[in-house]
Amino acid sequence: MGLFADLRDSISAVTAKLFAGEGEDPKRIGIYGPPNAGKTTLANRIARDWTGDAVGPESHIPHETRRARRKENVEIERDGQTVSIDIVDTPGVTTKVDYEEFLDHDMEKEEAVRRSREATEGVAEAMHWLREDVDGVIYVLDSTTDPFTQVNTMLIGIIESRDLPVLILANKTDLEDANVQRIRNAFPQHETIELSALEGENMDEVYDRIAEKFG
Amino acid sequence: MPEQDPGDGVQLDLISAERMEGKTSMEKIRMILDSVHDGDIVVLEKGLTPDEESRLIEVTMTEINPDGFTGIEIESFPRSETKDSGLLGRIMGKDEDPAKLTVIGPANQIQSLHKDETLISALLKRQ
Repeated sequence: MGLFADLRDSISAVTAKLFAGEGEDPKRIGIYGPPNAGKTTLANRIARDWTGDAVGPESHIPHETRRARRKENVEIERDGQTVSIDIVDTPGVTTKVDYEEFLDHDMEKEEAVRRSREATEGVAEAMHWLREDVDGVIYVLDSTTDPFTQVNTMLIGIIESRDLPVLILANKTDLEDANVQRIRNAFPQHETIELSALEGENMDEVYDRIAEKFG
Repeated sequence: MPEQDPGDGVQLDLISAERMEGKTSMEKIRMILDSVHDGDIVVLEKGLTPDEESRLIEVTMTEINPDGFTGIEIESFPRSETKDSGLLGRIMGKDEDPAKLTVIGPANQIQSLHKDETLISALLKRQ
């Protein structure tokens, strides 16, 4: 029994490495979306589930993630196969940043200006990476807010124009106002998976789809 | 754009596809952002490509500063599959390729920029 179990495990491990394309670089999967959609919460959930480490601090303050953060070699196992990805958590993409918004979060002007400056640099960097440096995109939307925004439309258009595989996640389904169908209606050309990254709800399906889409 | 004293008014620049033709992406972005920096609203008869939109966001971010320029508001109609002439095409007496129409303005002067299927509505702050 032990011998057969060991043999079976060895074969599974070899098969998994073959599927993962051992020797190839992990695919760089950018987590994009508007500010406060829950991108860092999702990135942390994925990183903790598969590596035990977090990616970065989560916050309700817009632009808490002001620099792209990468978690390398996240190996996601699904059905005996392993998909190896680098997760890139990016700042929320926007076309405007006003330091005065930060003043509403009990910050001094100097700190608010510093944050807004970092946020603009982070968004510029994220846009550059989208054109040059990611192999696929997880696009995170807050399912309690209207997805029909110009930034979302532009970002999805940019992603499509680059032929990048994209998975749309309708996050925050633990909240009462969540409306996943509204997101499905906004981007019917893409598969939308609902989840609560905060509560860890439906993450199994998210991992299945990540493995299918980016594996 | 012709230099004018805006006074209390807001300048609206309707830029034809022809005027954009032959310009590089960065020339287009520079033209748009120069106008928006001046407080103008820019309406493009033919919108930008996805790559140009990406670069527009990137360049906009590099120019935001706490002393005044807080970024842009932007809305577009999606590209039409039909050959019907668009709104600006009709205004300018043209009946050509109905590429998407895009409205771009300074974020700190546009109170709201709303779009539905047939209308883009900009509410400007009073001076």
